[in-house]
Amino acid sequence: MNRSAYYGLGWRTLAVACAAAPVAFLGLFFFYPVINIVVSSLSQGWTGFLDIFDSSRARNAIWFTTWQAAASTLVTVVIAMPCAALMARTSGSAGVWLKALVTVPFVLPTIVVGGAFKELFEGLNGSVGFPNLNHTAGAIIVAHAFFNFAVVARTVGAYWAGLDHQLEEQARTLGSSSSHVFWRVTWPRLKPAVFAAAAITFLFSFTSFGVVLVLGGLRQATIETEIFRHAVVRGDLATSASMSVIQIGAVLCLVAVTSRLERRTSVSTQMMRSTIAPMRTTTKTTIAVFSLIFLGSPVAVMIERSLKAADSYGLQNYAALFEKIPQLPTTSAEALGNSMIYALIATAIALCLGVVCAITIVTRHDTMSRFFDLAATLPLGVSAVTVGFGILISLNRSPVDWRTSWWIVPIAHAIVALPFVVRSIVPMLRQIHPSIREAASLLGSSPLQIRAQIDLPLIARGLTVAAGFAFAISLGEFGATSFLPRRADTLTGPQAVFRLLSTPGDLLRGQAMALSVVLAGAVAAAVICSEILSSGKKRRREVDLPIGS
Amino acid sequence: MLATRHDLIRVIPAEEAMRRINVLMGSIGIAMLIITACGADNAAQEEADEVTLTLVTHDSFAISDGVFESFRAETGITVEVLTSGDVGSLVAQTILSAENPVGDVVYGVDNTFMQRLLDSSAIEPYEAPALTDVPDQFELDSTHRLTPIDYGDVCVNYWKDALSGPPPTSLMDLVSSEFKSSLVVQNPETSSPGMAFLLATIAGTPDWEDFWKQLRANDVTVTNGWEAAYYGDFIAGGGSRPLVVSYASSPVAELIYADPPVDEPPTGVLLDSCFRQVEFAGVLAGTAHSSEARLLIDFLLSDTFQNEIPMNMFMYPTSSTAELPPAFAQHSQISDTPLSLPPAEIEANRQQWTERWVEIVLG
Repeated sequence: MNRSAYYGLGWRTLAVACAAAPVAFLGLFFFYPVINIVVSSLSQGWTGFLDIFDSSRARNAIWFTTWQAAASTLVTVVIAMPCAALMARTSGSAGVWLKALVTVPFVLPTIVVGGAFKELFEGLNGSVGFPNLNHTAGAIIVAHAFFNFAVVARTVGAYWAGLDHQLEEQARTLGSSSSHVFWRVTWPRLKPAVFAAAAITFLFSFTSFGVVLVLGGLRQATIETEIFRHAVVRGDLATSASMSVIQIGAVLCLVAVTSRLERRTSVSTQMMRSTIAPMRTTTKTTIAVFSLIFLGSPVAVMIERSLKAADSYGLQNYAALFEKIPQLPTTSAEALGNSMIYALIATAIALCLGVVCAITIVTRHDTMSRFFDLAATLPLGVSAVTVGFGILISLNRSPVDWRTSWWIVPIAHAIVALPFVVRSIVPMLRQIHPSIREAASLLGSSPLQIRAQIDLPLIARGLTVAAGFAFAISLGEFGATSFLPRRADTLTGPQAVFRLLSTPGDLLRGQAMALSVVLAGAVAAAVICSEILSSGKKRRREVDLPIGS
Repeated sequence: MLATRHDLIRVIPAEEAMRRINVLMGSIGIAMLIITACGADNAAQEEADEVTLTLVTHDSFAISDGVFESFRAETGITVEVLTSGDVGSLVAQTILSAENPVGDVVYGVDNTFMQRLLDSSAIEPYEAPALTDVPDQFELDSTHRLTPIDYGDVCVNYWKDALSGPPPTSLMDLVSSEFKSSLVVQNPETSSPGMAFLLATIAGTPDWEDFWKQLRANDVTVTNGWEAAYYGDFIAGGGSRPLVVSYASSPVAELIYADPPVDEPPTGVLLDSCFRQVEFAGVLAGTAHSSEARLLIDFLLSDTFQNEIPMNMFMYPTSSTAELPPAFAQHSQISDTPLSLPPAEIEANRQQWTERWVEIVLG
């Protein structure tokens, strides 16, 4: 008691200061703009809001958005779980390459992925019994699974590796079959990570824009595409704002449900050093080959096209990245450089805010925890149009006349990446047994020391995953960026790809493919670097860790 | 058990831990610093004596590097270009920020969206002297708030080698059995060329609803955007359809960016299907630099700027004194009698027309 009083003042001030940072940041750059645009649009007429529920088109959009997001989540979890199991067991360079591969889809342009899948579907269509998914809800669902594969595989994989595997060993020793062990012993403890990953996948699919427009059929409108249509094509901001309110409401419900599930199922472990049960080589190979084909085929198509020059193959398209062409305000290489800088800034901001949010969510069992949970997840569930227009009319006057500053772009990226960061870390933090913190406290550690010496090192694996996501999200971000007024020379990589693809001509298309390949390579390199850095640290830690059992 | 836990808390040495905390806090600090620094930066720029004009435009804007430099050499005014989204998004943003505009001049609003902007108070009137060199057909705003800068046509393109017979010559050819399963168009609700083609059919066929019913019966394919049509279903991207809704200048782009180089564009244009798109610029009401902004409008109509339009944006200059580059002069086909509709009529009927289109084509 005395001790907590002694440490209390300093720690509490620090805790409040830390917690205030994300609140201030999200408040200024997300909540204020969103609330401002919604309120000011709705003040033009509330009738729009009532009309929505009368319109069968809007009702269909709401229904379609919900079911396709649910189906996408289910499909993603089912096909990515084997890869998560593989990742939990794969260390060394094979593991690093696998992690890099699954993260690449985030930066692939939807139109390129769409083209690759279209060819794939048309190819498969010939084979017996495979339905043609082109321009169907099926195509949207498969594409969502493609983009979110990493969310499930990496979040669950990292969490799985950190489980205490002794329980499985004991169950096996007692004679349980391996499927029995999985369903009775492993699965119940994996649930928090699965729910966390599923929540992100659901939100990503719920607010997906490009995938729905490029791959979906024409009648498949989602809430997100309807918000765009009303605001941009029709100029009807009141209806668009009403749709935004419905979207935000749905997202709030979802976050409330999943965070409840995540909490209820979370099991802390004693963090004992134990070895995960090995997998049969044939199983490993099957999973690896499946993941490689599913994730690798669009990448392969892209690489092939990027190398195609005139009638042969060559590196001309890559050389063109350094040439200034009239269609772009900068060279593709400069756009790539801009993207890299934005991605580094966005990753730094998202990680800092994400760690503070995650610690607050896990350690405060009250309204504050719930508030942070909602606040940190909501950005993924709000339409890019709403956020972009919100910033335009909100950060427009001194002292916050920032809407045209270049750094508003990496800040927008950080806000989009924040939910990924928080959801990668929260399950890991919950995994830490409270008795470890209690013991540390009992032995005289201050709360700050507990954070620094227990929480941070034990979630290092989660932080690596989170950093990879944040970097990839920023590097591939297109929607939110395009609704912000930007200086022409601050073009990002994905925008350059889009512009190259919006004028006909083989050379422009070749260059767009080469730029996409370089973007994918940059993400892969970033993931590999962060893995090597963190595994270096892990090895060091193992030396001074005399844990045994 | 307790001993084990005791070991556990010594996961990393205290110094290491403090270092990491410092790094964390440092990063937050740096982020905050960047923010304040940038804020200060902007303020410093505003205080400078020299006038900087901001030109707000859409994402398809492109112009050669030195063009605004020559404007600066003439007038001492620096031009900064801000881009944001497509035409629809540009118009929505301009209206949203009318009270406190993002820049001084808006450029790139077309005749399918201009009425929405004219109905707002976002633009100041200005009649540029150089309008005398602009043919009357482009002057669609009698209040002289929007000045025509460039134009282009949205037309059906065909892939020459993929046609067994002669190419189509009229809109009505598209519904004939000869061109069954040949055409790919864009959804007018999500695509600007898609909207332009719908307007072309409204202006150019006796009964557009019946035309689309026949087009549907003739197995037309619809995509949500230009990219998915051109690079998805059209021959150019490996698709199977020889006809696509694109731009009158697309064949020139196919020629200039061909790989390997070719002497003739692989595509041609159905001139009877062309809908005229005119892009305008205007002085944003509330600018602090109204007179400088007018100079910029004059500059956009000058030959220096007008001559650059074709190769950069694949549009055509409105000024009759501008010259077309050789590739355009030789290979581009532009309709003498394009299809067109009054902007006010487009704005008033957009919703009704697109909803009817959805019922006919997608219903």
